[in-house]
Amino acid sequence: MPDNATQAVQPQRAATADFDRPLLLTPSQDLTGFISRLVGRVLLLTITSTTILAVLLIFVFIIQRAWPFVAAGGLAEMFGSRHWRPTAEAPQFGALTMLYGSALVTVGAMLFAVPIGLLAAVFLSDMVSFRIRQLIKPVIEILAAIPSVAYGFFAILVLAPWMQEHLNLSTGANALNASLMLGIMAIPTIISISEDSLFAAGRELREGGYALGSTRAEMLLRVVIPAAHSGILAAIILGIMRAVGETMLVWMASGNATQIPSPWWDLTASIRTLTASIAAEMTEAPEGGIHRQSLFTLGLILLGITFGLNLASEYFLSKAKRALHGGKP
Amino acid sequence: MMRNRWTAAVVLAGCVLGISAAAWAQSRQMTIEGSTTVGPIADAFAEAFMKTHEDASITVKKTGSGDGAAALIDGRATVATMSRFMKDSEFAKAVENGVMPVAHVVGMDGVAVIVHPSNPISELTTEQLRQIYTGQVTNWSQLGGPNMPIVAISRDTSSGTYEVFHEKAVYKQNMAGSVEYVNSNPQAFARVKSTQGGIGYVGLGFVQAGIKAVRVNGVPANRATVASGRYPIARPLFLFTDGYPEPGSMLFDFMTFHLTERGQEIIDAKGFVPLTNY
Repeated sequence: MPDNATQAVQPQRAATADFDRPLLLTPSQDLTGFISRLVGRVLLLTITSTTILAVLLIFVFIIQRAWPFVAAGGLAEMFGSRHWRPTAEAPQFGALTMLYGSALVTVGAMLFAVPIGLLAAVFLSDMVSFRIRQLIKPVIEILAAIPSVAYGFFAILVLAPWMQEHLNLSTGANALNASLMLGIMAIPTIISISEDSLFAAGRELREGGYALGSTRAEMLLRVVIPAAHSGILAAIILGIMRAVGETMLVWMASGNATQIPSPWWDLTASIRTLTASIAAEMTEAPEGGIHRQSLFTLGLILLGITFGLNLASEYFLSKAKRALHGGKP
Repeated sequence: MMRNRWTAAVVLAGCVLGISAAAWAQSRQMTIEGSTTVGPIADAFAEAFMKTHEDASITVKKTGSGDGAAALIDGRATVATMSRFMKDSEFAKAVENGVMPVAHVVGMDGVAVIVHPSNPISELTTEQLRQIYTGQVTNWSQLGGPNMPIVAISRDTSSGTYEVFHEKAVYKQNMAGSVEYVNSNPQAFARVKSTQGGIGYVGLGFVQAGIKAVRVNGVPANRATVASGRYPIARPLFLFTDGYPEPGSMLFDFMTFHLTERGQEIIDAKGFVPLTNY
């Protein structure tokens, strides 16, 4: 019975306390509390929105600068001609060679970064002991921290002469060189995101696979990788974005020749990318001139490509999350 | 009280500083604007000049020869640095604005054509250079050399070195698509040094051991041939002022600085060619 008695008293006491509390605050204190909370929230909201604002401003700025060129029908020439001669007497603004160059080095980079990155991710998530994994992961992340200009120096001073000597190429600054370096730069992104999604596929799925009698290889290939495919796709897309947007390295390593190689798959030819053109020519292009506008249009095209890729990776990442949280398999 | 005194002191100090700065600025300020090629010379001149003229304040902007001319015409700049002579239209506009442009040549910009040391070719004509860079000649055997594809390397189109080469050796024709671009003299040097079939061009000051500078139209590239005007791939570098500067003025000192030994050393150190053998 004493239990009952305390229980009976307690709510009353609590109620009293609750009833007392508002009375402890004077109206001005109450107001101050309300205002400081409001100010804090608004401040944090503003700080957060600056990021969004920055993105919007970049879009507006680039569109605004590119608009005169686009409005004059420049896009048709850009996508229809191979001749990029912006400083000639009769300037030409065909960007096909650069669009192709960007595509070629990106595909080249992915051809070797995706298999390596994926295999490494599988190895890290399913095969290696936890202690070694903890050793390897930071080392891989160092790769992502090396500035691209350092990769560029390596590409031009080590890789290029090496390729000339050992692969018997006439020039070492070419699409292959840029692709290899871009691949190395994209590998950390691919490993780290696909490893996360492989790891997140969970123990149940793996044990279910074993329970059905599969070997480790079968379990990985038929169960875990399919389950994590959305995350892996997102990782590959982020790797592609890294390669498409990279500037300094390709400017140094790709040779920057405005040509479409013949045959078209010839990785040993020198090519130029969109990013390299913008970086190389922006400083000379006179303010308000058509050359500068054309460079901003190249930037706009680039922005469109990366924006599309980003949307795709967001889509796949959210799909991966939904699948792993018991949504659709 | 204490606070008021401080405020007063600060305001007073501010006034004194402001007034003296304004007076000083009026007499001793110079703005130099123009070419990105001549810019480094102007920078170094300004730095050296301000050591001997402690009250001088010189600002150097490097945006392009055209901008320099416009700034001189509008009276925004005291000196325009230009890697080309003024155009007729610019001259006419200047005179219309009451500005009389006077050209001072401070030095020459010579461009050496370089090949790999193993290449037996040691002489080219500007016509052959044009054929190489427009893609009409693609193998060294076409020029009497070994059977080896030519890797033509150019500076980026924003550099002054490119401008000289494009005008004097390629005759302003369109470069071939296969021409590779690098963004600095040392990079052009490094690429040619490591590429057997490579050909490139660098500012005269960047010719070092490890590559071979070829004779162009039979003239070797060196300071003497560039200064005397015999070497074909070269151009004068200009400073323009409004009228000839008053002798004894600070501007006069500045505009004759390139004739002093220190001035010529600076031009040499920046990779250009002084006009005289100091």
